[in-house]
Amino acid sequence: MIDLIILISLLALGYGFGQYAEKKHYTSIRKRELILRSVPVVASKIPPQGKPNYDSQLVSGSVVVSVDYFKRFVAGLKSLFGGRITSYETLLDRARREAILRVKREAKDMGAEMVFNIKLETASIHKGRGNGIGSVEVLAYGTALIPN
Amino acid sequence: MIVSNLEIIPGKRIQQHFGLVQGSSVRAKHVGRDIMAGLKNIFGGELRGYTELLQESRQEAYDRMLEQAKAVGANAVLNVRFSTSSVAAGAAELFAYGTAVILE
Repeated sequence: MIDLIILISLLALGYGFGQYAEKKHYTSIRKRELILRSVPVVASKIPPQGKPNYDSQLVSGSVVVSVDYFKRFVAGLKSLFGGRITSYETLLDRARREAILRVKREAKDMGAEMVFNIKLETASIHKGRGNGIGSVEVLAYGTALIPN
Repeated sequence: MIVSNLEIIPGKRIQQHFGLVQGSSVRAKHVGRDIMAGLKNIFGGELRGYTELLQESRQEAYDRMLEQAKAVGANAVLNVRFSTSSVAAGAAELFAYGTAVILE
């Protein structure tokens, strides 16, 4: 009985705080994406030719985000039946966008015009307990081209 | 020292290649941070402690790579890549590698 109460309260806490945190994070991501739109991030390997007056500098941004208890519980249920696990999709989406935003922020502070050859790297941490994915780290890095 | 993950630097020619340089660092989690992370696992959200920890260790791997590049006499490292792998439960290896070259 006690276990059930604990489980239910954890789920309720996770749901409440998790939804709130996610909503807040998305609003902040959208806001910063608008601000930082002036620094394009490109996945192309070849830098622009014919304009050699650029300095280049490695920039990176990383973030570790965790999914809340409720979503992990739902994902656990989903994995019985298969199908899309939307709760993890939004987690990874948030993490990637946040990492790219941090790259852009760093590039903008350096006065860069754009960021080339962006690479994204995802690692899951906190595997220890159970089989839950829990938290992911996303690292984004690229070369900032600074006009000189 | 120019460090970049492009293969070519616009406007500069590669004079000499030194081959691969690398740096790595293995870090374990910290108990205090782990407890905070456990709480965050209920509420969701960013784990700032971990972000910092991983950033620090990545910086260390990066610095070791630069040291190696300096030791061979390079003035730039091109095509840099980062990679992460978990070696044991609770420990992660952060790895950085690239090609050391002399640019004109």
